[in-house]
Amino acid sequence: MSMTHHAEPAVTTPPAPGRKESDGRTKQRPLALRLLARPEVGVFLGAVAVYVFFLIAAPPVRDGSSMANILYQSSTIGIMALPVALLMIGGEFDLSAGVAVITSALTASMLSYQLTMNVWVGVVVALLVSLGIGFLNGWMVVRTGLPSFLITLGTFLILQGVNLAVTKLITTNVATDDISDMDGFGQAKKIFASSFDVGGVQVKITIVYWLVFAALATWVLLRTKYGNWVFAVGGNKESARAVGVPVTFTKISLFMLVGFGAWFVGMHQLFTFNTVQSGEGVGQELIYISAAVIGGCLLTGGAGSAIGPVFGAFMFGMVQQGIVYAGWNPDWFKAFLGVMLLGAVLINLWVQRTATRR
Amino acid sequence: MTTDGTGTHGAILTDTVPEGGDSPLVELRNAGKSYGNIRALHGVDLVVRPGQVTCVLGDNGAGKSTLIKIVSGLHQHTEGEFLVDGRPVRFSTPREALDQGIATVYQDLATVPLMPVWRNFFLGSELTKGPWPVRRLDIDTMKRTADDELRNMGIVLDDLEQPIGTLSGGQRQCVAIARAVHFGARVLILDEPTAALGVKQSGVVLKYIAAARDRGLGVIFITHNPHHAYMVGDHFSVLRLGTMELSASRDQVSLEELTNHMAGGTELAALKHELAQVRGVDVDELPEEKDLTAPVANPAPGPATDPVAGPGEKTP
Repeated sequence: MSMTHHAEPAVTTPPAPGRKESDGRTKQRPLALRLLARPEVGVFLGAVAVYVFFLIAAPPVRDGSSMANILYQSSTIGIMALPVALLMIGGEFDLSAGVAVITSALTASMLSYQLTMNVWVGVVVALLVSLGIGFLNGWMVVRTGLPSFLITLGTFLILQGVNLAVTKLITTNVATDDISDMDGFGQAKKIFASSFDVGGVQVKITIVYWLVFAALATWVLLRTKYGNWVFAVGGNKESARAVGVPVTFTKISLFMLVGFGAWFVGMHQLFTFNTVQSGEGVGQELIYISAAVIGGCLLTGGAGSAIGPVFGAFMFGMVQQGIVYAGWNPDWFKAFLGVMLLGAVLINLWVQRTATRR
Repeated sequence: MTTDGTGTHGAILTDTVPEGGDSPLVELRNAGKSYGNIRALHGVDLVVRPGQVTCVLGDNGAGKSTLIKIVSGLHQHTEGEFLVDGRPVRFSTPREALDQGIATVYQDLATVPLMPVWRNFFLGSELTKGPWPVRRLDIDTMKRTADDELRNMGIVLDDLEQPIGTLSGGQRQCVAIARAVHFGARVLILDEPTAALGVKQSGVVLKYIAAARDRGLGVIFITHNPHHAYMVGDHFSVLRLGTMELSASRDQVSLEELTNHMAGGTELAALKHELAQVRGVDVDELPEEKDLTAPVANPAPGPATDPVAGPGEKTP
């Protein structure tokens, strides 16, 4: 590339001004306001508010093991919310994300059980199936140019039906058989569903994965070529294509990343409960999408972060468990979520407007 | 306004000037394009030489967009020939055109509005550092380079982190032009860069067109404003209904003739006749075909001419 020759400045009329000079039309806004304008900060404050609320309303939350439990709940949402958020920044949706988790778990479980093979065979095949579903979603969206909402709604319904029908066909039951006594189970459980001791509190390993994935996703988004492309294809697909960004590759790989997330969470569920309920997962996709939106990802693509959805998922986990600890009827959970989603979106909007107006 | 040829882009100049001479960078011979049974473009000849501005004029639907889509690699021609450096080519993606040094600055889709200026500048050609697993963006170099290039073009921005959507239309065009020049473009296609701009902004953009030409680039300037075209153009091609109506170099055509061709004198006369049959329209005030030689109600008032007067007069 030809970018090494800057010896002679100024070709055009205005003699190149000094580096420090500015055109003086933009005033630097105060740091606090600039911070508030970041959507991640808004959701962080929201998460703190929800946390404090339950600290007061539900005394058991103050306990360390409760906190570990809340974080665990958050991590199972959060691990999926991350790729869903990246996909959303890339301008697409995946409504099949919830049932895809179950599809992956069912594949691994039934394959190893029916063929009496090492569970790792099932795990690897499930990964391929999940990536395949992601690829198919992405490929159809890119090829047809239809809204991903429609395409993945189709996949969602297909997977939901296939999950139930195939499971009943093979096991004559709605759940898969227990695989806990099979070869490799202990090993896989150690990786996907173990816990470790921190100061007398059992901490699930998914919390670690969640935070590591979030850090990785942040780095990729902000510091790599690929991250740049994700923002670009979500912000303006045509511009991105015109300047040479591989739009098709970026979009399909994002869908496959959601597939990877679904596989990971699916494996966690399988090795936690030893068996899979084939009808589950419906509605989870909206929880993931809400966590991403609360986390400041723009529904239309082109803006967002990986940190925001971490706090978004934490808010969900907090509410889900907080209601239980407070001794309320858990039926209120969804209503609570809805209020939180609306509240977070409105507060975000208000904060950003106030902060950017200066 | 002029360069001595030893500016910041010595590399580009040495690339193009020796072989440049008079041999065309890009040439269309009797080229055309059909979409199914619709013949959008036919019989078009176009020559782009280094250090020259070739203006393509035409009304909406005249085939200007189809023409640039062929040259920029978004579409393929279905008839005639398309040559780059004298060799016939057929691009299947814009990337291939870019690799040949043909860069297009689109009117509306040149940038991603929500992304910072420096990220837009390097989008698709990001600089990286470090070995593979931790290969990352070289943010410092990219910011510095973008700032230098923009300053060379005379654009001073306080904050390269601001989303490019917050810049004015003219500034955005200039960023896109600076970007194309930086990445070694030999041929710059500008798709109606002044269409949505105010008088002053248009002047700024025309200035950069002249600056790019003086750096030895071949420029294809698409516009429907003959005044803007005449300020910087060396050769003028007027398209109408998918084919060439006029192809003339600067010394063969006057601004008045160009305006007349653009305004479609014969069509206006027919329109006047039609309007005369509608009660209540006072056609006496409308110009006759013979009057159309003067610039009638054309949006290129005085101030716009000032910043570009230099290059305009400079052309022989």
